[in-house]
Amino acid sequence: MAVHTSQSVVKAAGDDVARGRSRGTGTPPPAPGRFRRGLSTHWYAWTMVAPVVVVISVIIGYPLLRGIYLSMTDANERNVARTIGVNELPATYKFVGADNYIDALTGSQFLGTLGWTLVWTVSCVSITFALGMALANILNRRIAGRSAYRMALILPWAIPGFVSVFAWRFLYNEERGLLNTVLGGVGIDGIPWLNDPTWAKFAVIAVNVWLGVPFMMVALLGGLQSIPSEQYEAAEMDGATAWQRFRHITLPGLRPVSTTVILLSTIWTFNMFPVIFLLTRGGPGEATQILVTQAYKFSFEISPRDFAQSSTWGVLILVLLMLFAVVYRRVLRSQGDNW
Amino acid sequence: MRRGITATALVAALALAATACGSGDKSDGGKSSGELSGTVTWWDTSSVGSEDKVFKKLAEGFEKKHPKVDVKYVSVPFGDAQNKFKNAAQAGSSAPDVIRSEVAWTPDFASLGYLAPLDGTPALKNQDDFLPQAVASTRFEDKTFAVPQVIDSMGIFYNKKLMEKAGVEPPANLEELKASAKKIKDKTGKTGLYLRGDDPYFFLSFLYGEGGDLVDAETKTVTVDKPEGVKAFKAVKALVDDGTAKTDASDGWENMMQAFKNGDVAMMINGPWAVADTLTGKEFTDKDNLGIATVPAGSAAHGAPQGGHNLAVYAGSKNLEASYAFVEYMTSVESQATTAGELNLLPTRTSAYAKKEAVNSEIVGFFKPVVETAVERPWIPEGGSLFAPLGIEYTKVLTGQTTPEKAAKTTGDAYRKLLKDWK
Repeated sequence: MAVHTSQSVVKAAGDDVARGRSRGTGTPPPAPGRFRRGLSTHWYAWTMVAPVVVVISVIIGYPLLRGIYLSMTDANERNVARTIGVNELPATYKFVGADNYIDALTGSQFLGTLGWTLVWTVSCVSITFALGMALANILNRRIAGRSAYRMALILPWAIPGFVSVFAWRFLYNEERGLLNTVLGGVGIDGIPWLNDPTWAKFAVIAVNVWLGVPFMMVALLGGLQSIPSEQYEAAEMDGATAWQRFRHITLPGLRPVSTTVILLSTIWTFNMFPVIFLLTRGGPGEATQILVTQAYKFSFEISPRDFAQSSTWGVLILVLLMLFAVVYRRVLRSQGDNW
Repeated sequence: MRRGITATALVAALALAATACGSGDKSDGGKSSGELSGTVTWWDTSSVGSEDKVFKKLAEGFEKKHPKVDVKYVSVPFGDAQNKFKNAAQAGSSAPDVIRSEVAWTPDFASLGYLAPLDGTPALKNQDDFLPQAVASTRFEDKTFAVPQVIDSMGIFYNKKLMEKAGVEPPANLEELKASAKKIKDKTGKTGLYLRGDDPYFFLSFLYGEGGDLVDAETKTVTVDKPEGVKAFKAVKALVDDGTAKTDASDGWENMMQAFKNGDVAMMINGPWAVADTLTGKEFTDKDNLGIATVPAGSAAHGAPQGGHNLAVYAGSKNLEASYAFVEYMTSVESQATTAGELNLLPTRTSAYAKKEAVNSEIVGFFKPVVETAVERPWIPEGGSLFAPLGIEYTKVLTGQTTPEKAAKTTGDAYRKLLKDWK
């Protein structure tokens, strides 16, 4: 992959690269002036880009191709190549074609997990967006202590994710957690936050929303501030109600920002590993397992580790997200956005 | 003593020279002088806060005997150790020289080629002294890959004061358990039993109690989905449904220990490894308040599983001879007597039971016959893999996501996928 990509870079640079060298040796350049001009202005760009291209192909391209290859084998912990001290054990796994994909797409496990992953993504993104929008609108007005509120609302974003998740885990603890202690104080029975499948789903979504709102809020606040106030003034002159102003000025004005943050947020939430993994480990049972946490489980938690199945799920996740991004862009473009 | 150790080291050096010479990277093996040197990294997986202190001190004793050996003690939480070791061993880097390997992990690690065979090394000194049940888990394809360090089983731990207040005796079977829990609830307002809902190991005594088992290794048959297995799932579900037991699917261990130590539950099912930690609780400042009895019987038998820990040497260790000596030292009669005396852990050597530390420990005395009659698990490489599918279904039953019948069937199907060609 690495070799392949750097070759294509050379090819993309065309004759310029070769001429660049010859120029250095002092041979008179026979090429038309256009190439020379292009070279003298752009040779450094290619030089600068080359290391990045190489590094990206090594750290993204190679693992990606390797993952795709593994997903078409029966590789697991027992048959991959491994070095144990002085012993070198060769790989003995074999190519099985599309078997893993057929298994994943015809079995109930992948589709079941996909179902919950979609519910999780859609509810997280929509709730986060709605809350972020509401908060951004509130904070866009002149209210007392505005910067203090902004600080407080950005806080969840500033704390490392795993710290927040562990804090929530303590809050959710059925016996000793703060939430149930408070409920007990007002005479309500404790809720089995992480021990009941439905409550556990609610709990993971709540934590993810809590973590995601600051980003939404900041992005939308920026968008709100870029809407010219003259538009609101004009609308007010025409007698538009608050709702009409929101519907016809704020929402269209925010469109470039909101379409981007929704796309980003969807991709992030779909692959939001730490919240699920650290809060419930996909439990109780497998009630909150999303595709990435399940793929991790195949590769790192079960014995023998199933690398083939894990890669299969990984490739399927990638394909799903790519499909989503393409469709999303198409829809936006058909509505007149110039993406 | 001193001479004995030197002799051991010499034997180790000779054995190494005879078997493993030519591997150029044994730089810190330091065998030329006949004295051990270098570093031995040891991953201890014992309970943090209670057991680990004693094991760390014990390991320091090895450094005193071999001043040139530096023991690097690393405490790895039990729950993470299996995966961490696999990652390190597979990558061929940063794996420890010696790991405290749970009995079910040992054949798994050995089958993957991660462990060094120990037959004929000083690690296995006085092999005949070991209890046969303890040795069983250390063997894979006619070779020995680990040395038993402690052996254990499970019993029911109870809070004597609470039980007296409710006027009940430790229950002998599940019926009595339910009746006692009801009385405990009425008289003291506390819950009768804490049942781990997130760890299927704690399900085994119920499964064996109904006369079932996970698999039958001799006939290569999956047995978890037989009627006995279904009955066992029904039994645990009934305990949770009628309020006899409290459970938790996320932080089970922590919540169980807290609840029992604070006197919020009267009983828990647990093993000797939990004794040291339990005694740090406020309910047990008076040690006599802790009672231990046999696990309540199911409809067929009292069935506690046999467990324990071994010490295994990583096949890629750069310092094999010092590692062998370390394993030998940690599993010696003296070391086992120390852990029996200070932590109430059960020795794996017959002669260690005659030591005064073991004799004086009531808990060791209680568990010894339990271990002798405990149900041995199949020591197959997949033994550790059996827990993952079981754990999911067990939790699902307790949280009402599936029925006992479906859980047994799903677990059985998963086993047949895992164990090729089994019935």
